[in-house]
Amino acid sequence: MLEIRHVYKTFFPGTINEKVALSDLNLMIEDGEFVTVIGGNGAGKSTMLNIIAGSLTVDSGQIIVDGKDITRLPEYKRAADFGRVFQDPMMGTAPTMQIDENLAIAARRGEARGLKWGIDKEERERYKELLKEFDLGLEDRLSAKAGLLSGGQRQALTLLMATLKKPKLLLLDEHTAALDPKTAQKVLDITDKIVEKSKLTTFMVTHNMRDAIRHGNRLLMLNEGKIILDIKGEEKKKMTVEKLINRFEKASGEEFANDVAILG
Amino acid sequence: MTLLNALPGAISQGMLWGIMAIGLYITFRVINISDLTVDGSLASGGAACVMLIRSGMNVWIAILLATIVGMLTGLVTGLLHTRCGIPAILSGILTQLALYSVNLRIMDSKANQPVSVDKYHLLISQRFVRELSLRNPMILLTVIIVSLIAFLYWFFGTEKGSSIRATGANMNMARAQGINTEANINLSLVISNGLVAFAGALLAQFQGAADVSMGRGAIVIGLAAIIIGEVLFSKIFINFALKLFSVVIGAILYYIVLQMILMMGLNTNDLKLFSALIVAVFLSVPYFKDRYFRKPVIPGKEKE
Repeated sequence: MLEIRHVYKTFFPGTINEKVALSDLNLMIEDGEFVTVIGGNGAGKSTMLNIIAGSLTVDSGQIIVDGKDITRLPEYKRAADFGRVFQDPMMGTAPTMQIDENLAIAARRGEARGLKWGIDKEERERYKELLKEFDLGLEDRLSAKAGLLSGGQRQALTLLMATLKKPKLLLLDEHTAALDPKTAQKVLDITDKIVEKSKLTTFMVTHNMRDAIRHGNRLLMLNEGKIILDIKGEEKKKMTVEKLINRFEKASGEEFANDVAILG
Repeated sequence: MTLLNALPGAISQGMLWGIMAIGLYITFRVINISDLTVDGSLASGGAACVMLIRSGMNVWIAILLATIVGMLTGLVTGLLHTRCGIPAILSGILTQLALYSVNLRIMDSKANQPVSVDKYHLLISQRFVRELSLRNPMILLTVIIVSLIAFLYWFFGTEKGSSIRATGANMNMARAQGINTEANINLSLVISNGLVAFAGALLAQFQGAADVSMGRGAIVIGLAAIIIGEVLFSKIFINFALKLFSVVIGAILYYIVLQMILMMGLNTNDLKLFSALIVAVFLSVPYFKDRYFRKPVIPGKEKE
């Protein structure tokens, strides 16, 4: 489905702040996979997601979706294939627009937008039904401005927006990192439900090892811009935090020192 | 001259500038760009319209072409911003400066070109502001404003219009939903400056001449109209059409207040100073409100 070939990305090249974010990154994601990605700060997780989404361009290498090279495609054109939820709950919704208007815009992702009215009655009913499943009380507030919602409600809304039109790949960029633990759990549950229901291929970046282990069917660990662990199938199911740290230390030759990743 | 006597003139002026302010609203409020092109495009609209009428063209076609000229000025600013990476405010300033020369060219290198209502068929003229007939400019202006607001209300409710609003509200969200934000910014600047030039074309007819400096400070007057309208009506006018309507009322009030100040014996040379002061005060109101009069937020309580 998605293929990343020999991708390099360096920030501030040639300066004292030079930082290699991705170094010869290669990855193949198959249809139906739910990939969780972990790694320490600066390991390249978010950069990886951003070069897939098109928010960042690569220095060299290729990104291929279903056999089509999208490396040079701008972000808004790639959006036809991707649904996306950001880390910052403010980034995924238009705060001055109503909940239903936000959803109507998302329902037309990747389509030409013409002079038809932006939202119709049946759509609104459909959104109401979908929001009801979240159990967040949003179904009765369709005409409320998205800016009035709490962080958790916004992330749930953004998740629905990202998947309203089935994406080839759902991109989740630490989408629960800014939430309190209870809300984060709820948003993760919703995530699982949506992914399950629509059989979505998913790419979830997280800095929480437990979440990475508990969710998805494939786990990647990044270190210094490279994938150092790629765990699938039975092995992924039996994974524990201790085993993962063990594998990390073997693979990287470093001692694991990231409290947030262990305890978070 | 009593205030009552001066009122029709002030209201007509306010309506004309209200049209201009609606154009400005599209950039300033809908897509969040302070577009300084308007000072130039207003005069471009006036200049193009007057010169075309003087050459014998039908007044409607002249207005249409003037509007298209305004749209092109907006496109220039848009391309400077989205294609050349120049900050929006600077792009506007560059276009505005260039337009000064362009406008002089349009006006045959004269700073002022008259268009008399005696010689040409014009849509509106200030000569008839106190007349109780269909020639009174307020009648046509009311029709224009109502249809304009209806049109914009429809447009910003369409898929395309919604995507423009999303572009202004949150560029990251817009791009993630497959919206070409650069194209939308360009389109907004085109529509906005088209309206501003349209207002300029009407204004030139109203005052019976186009002047190369007729747009000086236009952005300040437009902002004053937007902000007065918001301060007075933002609590009761939530609907987009009503918001545009409040902009027009803001412009009318601005001209009535200005008329009153003038009647109190203010030197007309100080007018711009006062306009700037009014706008500065109103623009800072939300900031001061937030900083000094904010209600305490109760932690844990969900915002409604």
